[in-house]
Amino acid sequence: MEDNIVLKMRNIHKIFPGVRALQGVDFTLRKGEIHALMGENGAGKSTLIKVLTGVYGKEEGEIFLEGKEGAVMIHSPQDAQKMGISTVYQEITLCPNLSVAENMFIGRTDNVVQNWKKMNTDTEKILQSLDIPAKPTQQLESCSIAVQQMIAIARAVDMECKVLILDEPTSSLDEQEVAKLFKLMRDLRSRGVGIIFVTHFLDQVYEVCDRITVMRDGKLVGEYPIKDLPRVQLVSKMLGKELDDLSDIKGNQQAFKKDADAVPVFEAQGLVSDAGIKPFDFHIDKGEVNGFTGLLGSGRSECVRSIFGADRVMGGTVKMKGKSVKISKPLDAMKNGIAYLPEDRKMDGIVGDLSVRDNIILAQQVLKGFFKPFSKAEANKVADEYIKLLNIKTASKDTPIKSLSGGNQQKVILARWLFTHPEYLILDEPTRGIDVGTKVDIQKLVLKLASEGMSVTFISSELDEMLRTCSRLVVMRDRKVVGELTGQDLNQTTVMSTIAGGDK
Amino acid sequence: MGKSETVKANNSNFLMKLVKNQCFIPLAALLLLALINLVADPAFFKISLGYNAAGNPVLSGFLITILDSGSELAILAIGMTLVTAASGGQDISVGAAIAIAGSVLLRVLCGDNSRPETLQAPIIVAFLVSCVVAMLFGAFNGVLVAYFKIQPMIATLILFTAGRSIAAWINNNELPVISDPSFKYYGEFIPGIPIPTPVFIAVACIIIIGIVLKVTNLRIYTQAVGINQSSSRLNGLNPALIKVLAFVILGLCVAVVGLIKVSRISSINYSVIAKDIEMDAILAVALGGNALSGGKFNMTASIIGAYVIQFLTTTLYKFQVQSDALPAYKAVVVIVLVIVSAPTVREYFSSLTKKMKLSKEVA
Amino acid sequence: MAKTDKKAAPAGNGLANKLRNASDTNLLLSITVIVFFLMYIGAIVFQGSGFLKPQTFFNILNNNAALIILACGLSLVMITGGIDISVGGITALISMCCAVYLDYKGGNVFVSVLIALAIGLAFGLFQGFLVAYLDIQPFIVTLAGMFFARGMTTIVNTKPFNVENEAFKALKMTRIIMPGMGSVNKKGVYIDAYVEIGVIIAILVVIVMFCLLRWTKLGRSFYAVGGNMQSALMLGINVKRTKFISHVLCGLLAGIGGFVYFLHVGSGSASHASGAEMDAIASSIIGGTMLTGGVGNIVGTFFGVLSLSTIQNVVSSAGLDEAWWTGITRAVMLCLFLLIQSVVMSARKKRMAEAKN
Repeated sequence: MEDNIVLKMRNIHKIFPGVRALQGVDFTLRKGEIHALMGENGAGKSTLIKVLTGVYGKEEGEIFLEGKEGAVMIHSPQDAQKMGISTVYQEITLCPNLSVAENMFIGRTDNVVQNWKKMNTDTEKILQSLDIPAKPTQQLESCSIAVQQMIAIARAVDMECKVLILDEPTSSLDEQEVAKLFKLMRDLRSRGVGIIFVTHFLDQVYEVCDRITVMRDGKLVGEYPIKDLPRVQLVSKMLGKELDDLSDIKGNQQAFKKDADAVPVFEAQGLVSDAGIKPFDFHIDKGEVNGFTGLLGSGRSECVRSIFGADRVMGGTVKMKGKSVKISKPLDAMKNGIAYLPEDRKMDGIVGDLSVRDNIILAQQVLKGFFKPFSKAEANKVADEYIKLLNIKTASKDTPIKSLSGGNQQKVILARWLFTHPEYLILDEPTRGIDVGTKVDIQKLVLKLASEGMSVTFISSELDEMLRTCSRLVVMRDRKVVGELTGQDLNQTTVMSTIAGGDK
Repeated sequence: MGKSETVKANNSNFLMKLVKNQCFIPLAALLLLALINLVADPAFFKISLGYNAAGNPVLSGFLITILDSGSELAILAIGMTLVTAASGGQDISVGAAIAIAGSVLLRVLCGDNSRPETLQAPIIVAFLVSCVVAMLFGAFNGVLVAYFKIQPMIATLILFTAGRSIAAWINNNELPVISDPSFKYYGEFIPGIPIPTPVFIAVACIIIIGIVLKVTNLRIYTQAVGINQSSSRLNGLNPALIKVLAFVILGLCVAVVGLIKVSRISSINYSVIAKDIEMDAILAVALGGNALSGGKFNMTASIIGAYVIQFLTTTLYKFQVQSDALPAYKAVVVIVLVIVSAPTVREYFSSLTKKMKLSKEVA
Repeated sequence: MAKTDKKAAPAGNGLANKLRNASDTNLLLSITVIVFFLMYIGAIVFQGSGFLKPQTFFNILNNNAALIILACGLSLVMITGGIDISVGGITALISMCCAVYLDYKGGNVFVSVLIALAIGLAFGLFQGFLVAYLDIQPFIVTLAGMFFARGMTTIVNTKPFNVENEAFKALKMTRIIMPGMGSVNKKGVYIDAYVEIGVIIAILVVIVMFCLLRWTKLGRSFYAVGGNMQSALMLGINVKRTKFISHVLCGLLAGIGGFVYFLHVGSGSASHASGAEMDAIASSIIGGTMLTGGVGNIVGTFFGVLSLSTIQNVVSSAGLDEAWWTGITRAVMLCLFLLIQSVVMSARKKRMAEAKN
């Protein structure tokens, strides 16, 4: 192994039932570098990290570590820790009720008795050396999230790690906190620690990283020194579109023609929710399909959630067809003819144990009211109708929805909202994790609905899907709306450069 | 040959369906208990018509006893099923709440005098007052659970601790006795009708809940909230409100049970009335195959479960088991039930059977 | 930049800042201790000299020694994020078993202690196994445990009876004189103040449990598991074993507490210690143990028991000595402290959310 390399992963394969999550991925980490691991959802970043930290086993491939003869076997997170691989996750994995010092040392010693004095002085030293503004005796919960994150890192560092994995550590931090974190990362780099940095924020990658490895669809796209990979190229590599063949322009979507004097179906000004997005303005016309685009974590879901009242709305005015309305909870939105297919199908969409039929009628049932249930015959009729209309593959309408495949679950949720006959339909990642056939079906359906006069907001991680269906794109970056593209601007190059922002 | 095979397939299909039905376990338990009794003493099933002290015709026999004294449990099981489904926890204060409801009922009927010659208020008025009180206590529990996010069992611990004391306090710790014979109708017999009245009340409650489940969305709302709270919110439901509603309905059930219990003895014993009934009610829900962690429920199975529990109790009594010792036996049943239904145990067994199948195939 | 932060923090507004920075455990503990002293002083002021006599205080201890031990066990389980409502039933079962053994089988006192410990330990082991390794809800498991213990008590012996064993009676009557704290009664005779053996055991248990929770690896892992099970796992703690041990210890303490209870009442009965589990839970909650786990303190629990019984004394000496007042007072206290916890927690959550944005 070369001198300055601390970690080398060779030809890693990982198969989940039905999915080849990793296909021959190589990854190399050098001493004293910050190495960004980039890729959109489902690219295999987190699978790769979980293989490295022993959470998952691997089907094929080898892992080499500095100072270890031959390939190493890592069976559990504890194994990884012993070999000097420490991980800090997006969710802070410390105990909020314990003191800072305890969080640094718990689970690390075999001593029966805990020596508070030594622990506190040791912690004090570490905190000082890393310039973390916390007291050892302070309860962890009373520290800011950034400090907690840094304490997690300090714990990892103190365990004399050679490889430090930071899995989206910045997603809940503000700018100042991120700056502190970066200072810490640079300190560690100068001490020779190899850092793997997973993030969705492009600005941060270019601010702190030395090298980028891009993954897509479980495969390695390539490893690049930071200066050789401009932003736009990075985005194109992540999304899987070469800049050269971006001339395919947009698909078959006709330019949307708005009636000159028609009022928008939905109009919002200065809308803001408690989910941490900046206030934004937004409107949609009758029969229009538009979309929010941006990388994951840019705030596109949070925007539509605030439209539907799914997060707590903190401010802004909303008008439906020119009439001012108040939407503070989902039911308000539903009564105003808005429907919302949520991003997280499992957590927010399906009601797992209920039958397909009950899942289809649920929303309309709630709209109809507590004392007006659908009769069994009505419900069956509706269920049959939508199962046929959307071609839902299910053993019967009594089958619990959780036993359907992802794509069919999604169609059931879609059926649920179509049955409420909304004027404005919001689809947040309706095509994620489902097969290609279903994806096309859903896109076709969106266009058909729009031609029948429904307004649709469509969100997808896959840019070409958006370009095919939307006539207007709202572009987001770092939880802010940064642009709006229509007409000629709706092509890959412009969209990507708008997403990337900064130097072009 | 081919024909017999399809018949066989049909048969096994039918059997599978039967076994998978949620009512299967409680019905099987019922059958098992009946068989044990049949072997031990066939006279268990004897029903005879006799005359009580007042000269009215009454039916008697163990089966009648089960139907009669199972009424309270069946009514409670209705409310407990809803609470379990919506909140994913159980209400352990129902026994204490019954004491309160019964005490309120007596207080209204007796007025200031604890041994009145005549009723001081119509029974229906007293009953309605006790309903309101019981529903308020239900709402109290519900608010603690839904809005203050306290685990149901802990939240209801408060009323569990205080309930019987409150009941005693309502009547100044006196033991009111009702001498009006018409009050006995609800817990014993209506003259001329040989079947105990509680049976009719239970049947009425079962029919009412059946109708309610039919004409309202109670079932789908409760289930949706119990299965996926976040998803139900995005479908326009108010999960907290529905949880409170479930507790209020349980309160109503408690008031009805209170009426029966108090009417049976025309008086009340604060520390004994409906003792340990919460355990039986929870057991009925569990025996009905409903997940104690909430979600989907099957009302029929719960109600059958309630009668199975009563069957078990009566059987144990018949085998000379003391009433104070009963909980020990029921606790064993509970433990066996929860162990069998624990996910870890199930996984273990399913992996075991898989392994056995594999080794068979290899062989 | 970090330096300015450091300076800014302590410069805030004194006490409020201190309270905000206090750990959950200390915050709730201080509330409890303050409430207790206010209550006791209130009792002295409004209810007269009865509460000034040391013996009044010692009697509270004498009557609640068993409860203190049981509550310690519960605090342990609750800190780990679980619950155990079987301790009252176990206490009754132990009293009955020991009573039967001593009187009907002519056994000796030492073996009866072993019986008590064995019963408690057996419950702890079985319940702990079901909760920790089979992942069954602790409430259901221990509810069954409670009913089993109560039922078994009746099966062991139906009728309540007083123990006549001489050695045991001698032990029961043993009093430890507290020098210089006695008082002169109406006839002018000086009466020594005393505590029972149970109190000494209870205090020892409190001290041992306090040390265990404060200074041992095991004790700290109880807190870690209760605070966040997932994190504890990631930090390298054996979560299942920790949960298991918490239940075993709780069972063992129920064994000790059961015997102390038996020593205090000197009889066996199926109705003994009825509601003791609720009192123990209430004491723990009043003492600042969080139902959600991870927060709690044995000293708080100790004061929780004292608060609970003091308020009962106050209520009864205020002339409200009818039995039901005790139940209602307890429930009101429990309710009050549950609400305080709920409010404290949601306030904290809000602050955290604000810190996030």
